[in-house]
Amino acid sequence: MRAFTFERANAPVEAAAAVARTPGAKFIAGGTNLLDLMKLQIETPTHLVDVNGLKLDTIEPTPEGGLRIGALVRNTDLAADERVRRDYGVLSRALLAGASGQLRNRATTAGNLLQRTRCPYFYDTAQPCNKREPGSGCSALDGFSRQLGIIGVSDACIATNPSDMAVAMRALDATVETVRPDGMARKIPIAEFHRLPGETPHVETTLEPGELITAVTLPPPLGGRQIYRKVRDRASYAFALVSVAAVIQRDGTGRLAVGGVAHKPWRVEAAEADLPRGAKAVTERLLAGAKSTHDNAFKVLLVERTLGAVISEARS
Amino acid sequence: MRFDTPATTNPIDQLKVVGQPTDRIDGRYKTTGTAAYAYERHDVVPEQAYGFVLGSAIAKGRIAAMHVEDAKTAPGVLAIVTTLDMPRLERGMMNAAYLFGGPIIQHYHQAIAVVVAETFEQARAAAYLIRVDYQSEAGKFDLAAEAPNATLIGDDSGEGSSGPPEVRVGDFEGAFAAAAVKLDESYTTPDESHAMMEPHATIAAWDGDRLTLWTSNQMIAWGKRSIAKILGIPAQNVRLDSPYIGGGFGAKLFIRADAVLAALAAKAAHRPVKLALTRPLIANNTTHRPATIQRIRIGANRDGTITAIAHESTSGNLAEGKPETAVSQTRLLYAGANRLMAMRLTPLDLPEGNAMRAPGEAPGMMALEVAMDEMAEKLGLDPVEFRILNDTQVDPEKLDRRFSHRDLVGCLRLGAERFGWDKRSPRPAQVRDGRWLIGAGVAAGFRNNLLTKSGARVRLDRQGVVTVETDMTDIGTGSYTIIAQTAAEMMGVTLDKVVVRLGDSAFPASAGSGGQWGANNATAGVYAACVKLREAVAQQLGFNAADAEFSNGDVRSGNRSVPLSQAASAGELVAEDLIEYGDLAKTHQQSTFAAHFVEVGVDAATGEVRVRRMLAVCAAGRILNPKSARSQVIGAMTMGVGAALMEELAVDKRRGFFVNHDLAGYEVPVHADIPHQEVVFLDEVDPMSSPMKAKGVAELGICGVGAAVANAVYNATGIRIRDYPLTLDKLIDRLPEAV
Repeated sequence: MRAFTFERANAPVEAAAAVARTPGAKFIAGGTNLLDLMKLQIETPTHLVDVNGLKLDTIEPTPEGGLRIGALVRNTDLAADERVRRDYGVLSRALLAGASGQLRNRATTAGNLLQRTRCPYFYDTAQPCNKREPGSGCSALDGFSRQLGIIGVSDACIATNPSDMAVAMRALDATVETVRPDGMARKIPIAEFHRLPGETPHVETTLEPGELITAVTLPPPLGGRQIYRKVRDRASYAFALVSVAAVIQRDGTGRLAVGGVAHKPWRVEAAEADLPRGAKAVTERLLAGAKSTHDNAFKVLLVERTLGAVISEARS
Repeated sequence: MRFDTPATTNPIDQLKVVGQPTDRIDGRYKTTGTAAYAYERHDVVPEQAYGFVLGSAIAKGRIAAMHVEDAKTAPGVLAIVTTLDMPRLERGMMNAAYLFGGPIIQHYHQAIAVVVAETFEQARAAAYLIRVDYQSEAGKFDLAAEAPNATLIGDDSGEGSSGPPEVRVGDFEGAFAAAAVKLDESYTTPDESHAMMEPHATIAAWDGDRLTLWTSNQMIAWGKRSIAKILGIPAQNVRLDSPYIGGGFGAKLFIRADAVLAALAAKAAHRPVKLALTRPLIANNTTHRPATIQRIRIGANRDGTITAIAHESTSGNLAEGKPETAVSQTRLLYAGANRLMAMRLTPLDLPEGNAMRAPGEAPGMMALEVAMDEMAEKLGLDPVEFRILNDTQVDPEKLDRRFSHRDLVGCLRLGAERFGWDKRSPRPAQVRDGRWLIGAGVAAGFRNNLLTKSGARVRLDRQGVVTVETDMTDIGTGSYTIIAQTAAEMMGVTLDKVVVRLGDSAFPASAGSGGQWGANNATAGVYAACVKLREAVAQQLGFNAADAEFSNGDVRSGNRSVPLSQAASAGELVAEDLIEYGDLAKTHQQSTFAAHFVEVGVDAATGEVRVRRMLAVCAAGRILNPKSARSQVIGAMTMGVGAALMEELAVDKRRGFFVNHDLAGYEVPVHADIPHQEVVFLDEVDPMSSPMKAKGVAELGICGVGAAVANAVYNATGIRIRDYPLTLDKLIDRLPEAV
């Protein structure tokens, strides 16, 4: 861990400005990912701006009938919120499928959206990694890649986004609200929030320097059966090999987002039209152009079979 | 005390204290955080500085230069020792890898420098400032690719499983060719990491030329000799102290880089230095259980009698490393007149392979007991009955050599009854419970019982308190408690009158913790010392030692009864002895036995395997403490589930290292994976094992578990997987069509 300076911010714009004016500065909230990465010197911020005091920790109804989730609402509190459990079950289930109780107590909504990949080569500073050290190469492409991406990948990076929460938010079409250092607020649809790796896998979101997430809003409830199915090697405390967030209506239509396969929560709206035709048809469109490795080729079939299980659970 | 004839009745047989399910006497310290582990021993020596170990970024080659200028001037830095500062140091006992010194890199994350600073963060930050110029060389990292070049080699795991390069009995090839029913299959097991909770950690301090290491080590006497050899100092100048150990599983049998670099760093900094290996270093810097490729051939008559059995295993290791002795149990487990066992080894440039919980038997049983399941199916026999049919009461290689006590059949029969084995469908893929395909599997468990000398000192003070001192270790197993129970039973006092001190090399050398030999041998050593103390007490009090009874805090003979404490009224009484063994282990085979039963559910859509319930029935001599023994066995069963379903060090075959080198990437079972476990111990004693009549259970508990899981997966799905771990990617394309 490199030595760094530290300050506590009292207002969102002030926090954004503080990060913008200090090269190498970062926000810190729960710290459940950033501190680990700092200890390994994968992240080396020169200055940390603590946003925990910004009072962005409430969940409020929106005029449209949705929910506005403060950036600092802890994962535990979000999962347990009565409105979330009632109207956005897929989100509550996704949160509870992630990490451990201790981590969820600490981890925040905004931090969860910004957590970084768990690619093992990203975590080993002796190995080339374009995400950690742009231009150094990708060790995973012809290395150990069982956990890694199969769709939207590039020759520069096949990392996956490890979040469960974000997969559910993608299915729900959440919106990320931010404030920029100049005080301007903006709304970013979750579909546009995470980026594909392309040639710049180190740039993971569309946030601008210093831009601070203030909230995530959920549109009015969708109803339907809300399922989050996380497939993993052990029963708990493991990242998804594949996960499916689904909201499926009585008539068989619905929405799907898939985790564990791409650099962002993966959703292809056009594929959802095939839901009544079953998992195979959906998967063909959802994963069209998939590019897997020897180690993770199984994920294509796993997505299809998991989708099948989710669809039949929704029908039951 | 020399133990060379079977034990007769002795004070332990009273079972007033021994054999009782006593809570651990160290339990309260561990649950309240007052049992200080090596890295937490802030009070043993003042002015402790922090060390941080830097590992090599290449797997093979040499270091051309190291640039430490920036690190040296970093804040708080007190000293830096690099591998180029000294020639290659000697190796410790039973290790293949060199731990430090010189430019040659043998494996990834080999220690190449230690930075000492005032704080941990300063040491770590400075270590990252060291720049290293490497000259990388091509290495051999792929066991499957190198296996054809492997050569026959004999060896001893050092933990009780051993064998010559090749064992032949009768005419295997002829009998196999002539057998009515045959199996010829290959199985693989991956590299595994011990993944114990507490990392390797040491505080080192020099007082002139005398070195003290407060460390985390299973084998204190080995450690003392090894560190002396590595550093080139006399062994009598070294003290190791290791009273609490947060798990070892074989990872801490040896002196490793933490101890060596703490000692070197303390010398360079002129300060005591504490350091721990970081979790990402452990997989590649230390030792692991090596991967194996195993071929098993079994031939039998139509009635199920095995006529021919062959087990061959290939593993890899650093030059001068050992093979994984995965065939050793097959020499002893089943009858059969014609036999062939062979071990082969090929050089690899991966980190050092060495002992991990039940070395040899654990991976060997994972293969053998699946082969037995497959063979039973070919024969149309129930797998329990097939095993019983081929049970042997003699060493199959030397028919006049009997087992000291063997009740595998009892384990299988009782286990089948308790588990409800008769409800299992013999045809696979028949049972469904909602989304789950349900199956049950069985495997035998087998692990040898080792006899090794073990010493102890016992003191009696004027308050009647008995203090035991031995360098035996408690690696979470319950050594403190069973040693206290032994001393209490022998001296006729309650447990609150016994103090146990462990893990200090100033105490008499013991068996240590390894190879499931700790419990029986260490308590037998305490027994021997207590026999001497009883003699001293009797003499002091004017009793004839042979007829003095020790009970309720008194010594009694005839009508006369005297408080035990009175024997020390003129001063503390001290007795020391060790247990040594004759040739009972040569004349008789000593082993422990179990039957493992497992029920699994396999998700019909995804292929996720989840264990639903497990049962182990163990026959392992006298159980000294059923509670701590059960803890050992359920822990081992859990580790067996890990080996079956998820544990695998992923090898990067180009760069030559284990990629998933932290506990997020190397998955071991969590609570949610282990819903229900039951353990039954057969009520038995083995008078050939020691005066305690006990044997080990800690490794027995893992041997066979993986195969029982794999057999249950087969029973659930009809899919036979012969490559561990049984992850869903190996099942998913063979599962039935989704509905």
